[in-house]
Amino acid sequence: MTLGGIDIVMLIASMMVAATPILLAATGEMVAEKAGVLNLGVEGMMIMGAIGGFGAAVLTGSPVIGFLAAAAAGVVMALLFAVLTLKLLSNQVATGLALTLFGLGLSALLGQGLQGIKPPPTARLPLGPLADLPVLGPIVFGHDWVVYLSLALVVAVRWYLARTRGGLVLRAVGENPDAAHALGYPVVRVRVLALAFGGALAGLGGAYLSLVRVPQWTEGMTAGAGWIALAIVVFASWRAERVLLGAYLFGGITVLQLRLQAAGVAIPVQILSMAPYLITILVLVVMSARGGRARLQAPAALGRPFVAVR
Amino acid sequence: MTDLLRIEGISKSYPGVKANDDVSFTIGQGRIHALLGENGAGKSTLVKMIYGLVRPDSGRMVMHGAPYQPADPRAARAQGVAMVFQHFSLFDALTVAENVALGMDNPPPLRDLARRIREVSEGYGLPLDPGRVVGDLSAGERQRIEILRCLLQDPKLLIMDEPTSVLTPQEVTILFGTLRQLAAEGTSILYISHKLEEIRSLCDEATILRHGKVVGSCNPRDTSARAMAEMMVGASLRAPARTATEPGPVALEVRNLSLPATHPFGTPLRAISLAVRQGEVLGIGGVAGNGQDELMLALSGEVRSAAETVRVLGQPVGDQDPNSRRRAGMVTAPEERLGHAAVPEMSLTENAVLSGTVRKRLARRGFIDWRAAEDWAAEIIATFDVRTRGTGTPAAALSGGNLQKFVLGREIMQSPAVIVVNQPTWGVDASAAAYIRQALLDRAAAGAAVVVISQDIDEILEIADTFAALNEGRLSAPRPVAGLTLEQIGLMLGGAHGMHQAEPEALHAAVPAASLPESPHVPS
Repeated sequence: MTLGGIDIVMLIASMMVAATPILLAATGEMVAEKAGVLNLGVEGMMIMGAIGGFGAAVLTGSPVIGFLAAAAAGVVMALLFAVLTLKLLSNQVATGLALTLFGLGLSALLGQGLQGIKPPPTARLPLGPLADLPVLGPIVFGHDWVVYLSLALVVAVRWYLARTRGGLVLRAVGENPDAAHALGYPVVRVRVLALAFGGALAGLGGAYLSLVRVPQWTEGMTAGAGWIALAIVVFASWRAERVLLGAYLFGGITVLQLRLQAAGVAIPVQILSMAPYLITILVLVVMSARGGRARLQAPAALGRPFVAVR
Repeated sequence: MTDLLRIEGISKSYPGVKANDDVSFTIGQGRIHALLGENGAGKSTLVKMIYGLVRPDSGRMVMHGAPYQPADPRAARAQGVAMVFQHFSLFDALTVAENVALGMDNPPPLRDLARRIREVSEGYGLPLDPGRVVGDLSAGERQRIEILRCLLQDPKLLIMDEPTSVLTPQEVTILFGTLRQLAAEGTSILYISHKLEEIRSLCDEATILRHGKVVGSCNPRDTSARAMAEMMVGASLRAPARTATEPGPVALEVRNLSLPATHPFGTPLRAISLAVRQGEVLGIGGVAGNGQDELMLALSGEVRSAAETVRVLGQPVGDQDPNSRRRAGMVTAPEERLGHAAVPEMSLTENAVLSGTVRKRLARRGFIDWRAAEDWAAEIIATFDVRTRGTGTPAAALSGGNLQKFVLGREIMQSPAVIVVNQPTWGVDASAAAYIRQALLDRAAAGAAVVVISQDIDEILEIADTFAALNEGRLSAPRPVAGLTLEQIGLMLGGAHGMHQAEPEALHAAVPAASLPESPHVPS
């Protein structure tokens, strides 16, 4: 099945791969922001995940250990942010920016000598003959386990926030930390845990870039993926299903414009390259502008420091 | 009578303040105990200690004869203590049921909880829809959520911090019915307020705090409100004196003013018309969140409308900015002192310049005349008895009452033809409040049209000539204050907003017996 020289089935399949790093990072960031913390260091946590995961996978030869190490690296970065902003009450925006710059620099240092190495391949899920089905095979059954994990996480996060007591407390902390504290909920602990979760997912997203999508290590290889994840969270009105939509839209257009470039379509390359950013944000803005109540989805205490009086 | 909670010599200090100093009193089972005191007397700190939010420095509490030291609110709730907060304890973006669930330690699944909310709220005459988003509810309905959240826990001690400040008189009557029913069922209630007439009608006993210390206790049923107020303040009080003057021509006219809401949970203004004559005081009452802030913004010029909708001395100013309106003769003082009426970090002189530069000509060709500005700030401080070290003090360093005197003084001393104030004595101690009210009356006597927007009905009755009510963004027709009864005012404010008297039978039929106190304890 081809259209204008582009294989649609392969396009969709590779869209899912292209979108997975952003989907993971954006889902994690959404949870942190729902708890009321604005962590602009997603890019820094991703790239630390990318180098941590790559290094661990190359050293051990196991991509699974690589992904675990990547999540751990993201958590360490997030905890650093948590100590600075929640315990020492530094400014969240400035600290987030610093975290990004710190991550970019440190990863470049750690990555000395890892350039040009090929990491061990991440296995596809052994789904047997299902993967050989026409059309459905490559799209639904032909992926590695991280793609399925990212989709499962979207469902889990949505369910957790909407249905569980923990999710309710998390939303309450992001909505009105003073009230949550007055009712006896541990505001700071909830926020630290939410940040750590966000860090772990950003780390996984980064590792997916260096272990699967590219797959090798280059300096600054996240190339703004963390920033687009942050934008997707906002334009998705802090809703998991819209984060999924935004990430896949972005991934889809990224892949499409690459194919169009390869096919030699008569559109300037620069316009093609900026298309994913432009179209994703445009679509999400139109969606969130429609429902008037959508903007109320923003956690009311997002980015505001909280100090308990005792 | 058995004692439920005994407070013995509790003290708590914060840097620079002794919030509580050797406080002792006892709450009996099934009694309604009032805690009285001015702002800053230490009431809130004391109840936060009972609710486990703050730890006392010394002293102890005894509940049912056993030591009681809650480490956190969860521990306090486990011992049967529930609290209705004055503010900040609801989550706007969550539903009623979710808000209630957050206040419980082991909430049932949301569907069961929703059913119980319906039953219990109907039973106590406080109907609530569990699925509604809290941000869309009225202030009275929000209060019901807080009360309900406590009732669902079968509390032994219910603490209520200024619960009636957002209710209409009818809603207050119904709330009191609920509280008396609870007390009859054996629940003790610690009731914090500075509305003395309410305390006289509701409470069995009262403890009075001043500067963190217990300065007396009394039986509110046979103590006059005046006597209690003087115990709170520690000085005798003088009611504002009014000089009868014949009102002059209309100074402020608002015609058919409609504005959309300024924020998602705000109230739109709907066709507001009013006229205030020189020498007249118009009181605008209303429960919080019925358009007071929006009306204030429209009058001050922070939100603009069509030119003819607002006229000052006949001159259309509806499309003008605040400084043009000051030039035309209208000054305003918003509710929020720090951050709206005054810049917290700036000195009193600088704050005086910000609003007074137009009418007092404090700037020439864009340069500020600092000497004139400082003289004027000093004059405000002297005339309005603002207790401060000098004109260079930052606004944030003043106490609420002193800053409010300065803010009001700054506006009044510009000799305006029209002055609009929102909540002029909110959070201000009684003597400063009396001073501010007198200053407003004096300005009216000198020929200004005065508009007082206030949620304090007593304040309006004390100083206003005419009364109009704001309800859901609509302004009622103004009526002369003389001869107006509290009941009529309540109806003008919107009546009981769908509440009804408690129906104990319905409650007992609807709620499983196990969830109610087993046998009502009657106070002896």
